[in-house]
Amino acid sequence: MAERKLVDARGSFCPGPLMELIAAMKMVQVGDELEVLSTDKGSANDIPEWIHKVKHEHVETREDRGVWHIVVKKTK
Amino acid sequence: MRILIVGGGIGGTILANNLARRLSGELRSGKVRITMLSASDKHMYQPGLLYLAVGRMTPDELYRDQRSLLDPGIDFMVDPVEEFRLDKNEVKAKSGKIHGYDVLAIATGSRPMPQETPGLSENSEMFYTEESALKMLKRLQQFQGGKVVIAMGVPHKCPMAPLEITFMLYDYFKDRGILDKTKIHYTYPINRVHTLEPVAKWAAPEFDRMGITYETLFNLKEVDGAKKIVRSEENSETDFDLLITIPAHRGMEVIEQNGLGQRGWIPTHRHRLNMEGRENVFVLGDTTNLPISKAGSTAHFEAETLGENIAATVKMGTPVRDYDGKVFCFIEAGKDRATYAMFNYQNPPDPKPPTRAVHWFKLAYNKLYWASARGLL
Repeated sequence: MAERKLVDARGSFCPGPLMELIAAMKMVQVGDELEVLSTDKGSANDIPEWIHKVKHEHVETREDRGVWHIVVKKTK
Repeated sequence: MRILIVGGGIGGTILANNLARRLSGELRSGKVRITMLSASDKHMYQPGLLYLAVGRMTPDELYRDQRSLLDPGIDFMVDPVEEFRLDKNEVKAKSGKIHGYDVLAIATGSRPMPQETPGLSENSEMFYTEESALKMLKRLQQFQGGKVVIAMGVPHKCPMAPLEITFMLYDYFKDRGILDKTKIHYTYPINRVHTLEPVAKWAAPEFDRMGITYETLFNLKEVDGAKKIVRSEENSETDFDLLITIPAHRGMEVIEQNGLGQRGWIPTHRHRLNMEGRENVFVLGDTTNLPISKAGSTAHFEAETLGENIAATVKMGTPVRDYDGKVFCFIEAGKDRATYAMFNYQNPPDPKPPTRAVHWFKLAYNKLYWASARGLL
């Protein structure tokens, strides 16, 4: 059963939300989803760019009260 | 009150000394007991490994006896923990001895894992252990020119290390007079040359000025030693004559074996620093899963917060402040210039141009570290 796990990268300047996502990818199975929480609006562009390049699936991006939620599905 | 600290790195050591100072009266009266269990009787200054790899420090400068760094009131034992029995408030050490606690602090650190990337261990140099840093130094001394590639895994300890080793290699090759025969190629996992945007904005023009080429969105996937090629998760590749790596890290095996956290990172409350779901178990340093730098200064500031809170809990029954995510990192920009980055959960860093003065301060800190570990800084 696929799961959705949270990557709480709010307030993370270093290593930052994308690095947190890359590290978290090692901890989930193919088919699982990761929801990254970021207070850096740059994540809304940076994370989808990386997802596209490594060919995972970008499920959605939404903003709620200054926190960006970027959902990624691990495909390989 | 029995306070048990597992791990004798910088986080555990500062916490132990901080508590011994704040609770000196309680220690003397026997109301409080502080015990530290460590895997080693030696304490290593880990940032020194960077200098060791380029011949600017020697191994003896990296070590002190752990006992000599601790307040005499602290019970110190070289007896690594093998089992964490959190439901019973006890741990079992390698010797078989059981240690009960009222408060537990876990600061076991992290370990480089080059073996997780196919071909990496056999075909690269790194500087995250004394042995590997010395091996890298000897390899550098034999190097007569060619393409040097810097590539890294995620997560890694000391996020400044990739930039620092690149700048230091540039000066190393320049001093040896082989810079004109050497091409340095830097790779980085995200879409700029450092995760801190202000640092990346400073470093990229520096690379351009020095003739260092770089490729971003390059996550280390595998190394083909026969063809001398390193490949990325993003399906790109680059050839090399000498590969320098900052490998991906994991937390310690004992954390994984006891089911405390995936890949050895323990889920930790970002402000209170307690293990999620456990009110009397605290985590600090590399061992947390917090989205902040795995660096000595992180452990240092966490330990100071935790020391104040545990002492306040002993004296008043309540903690008094939150950890704010503070991190301070020096950034060596070569052999004679440095800058620094300071930030927390709320405030981004604003690094200034590198200066000789900051580099000298960093060299001074390489010695002052021992005072810091003793809780004097």
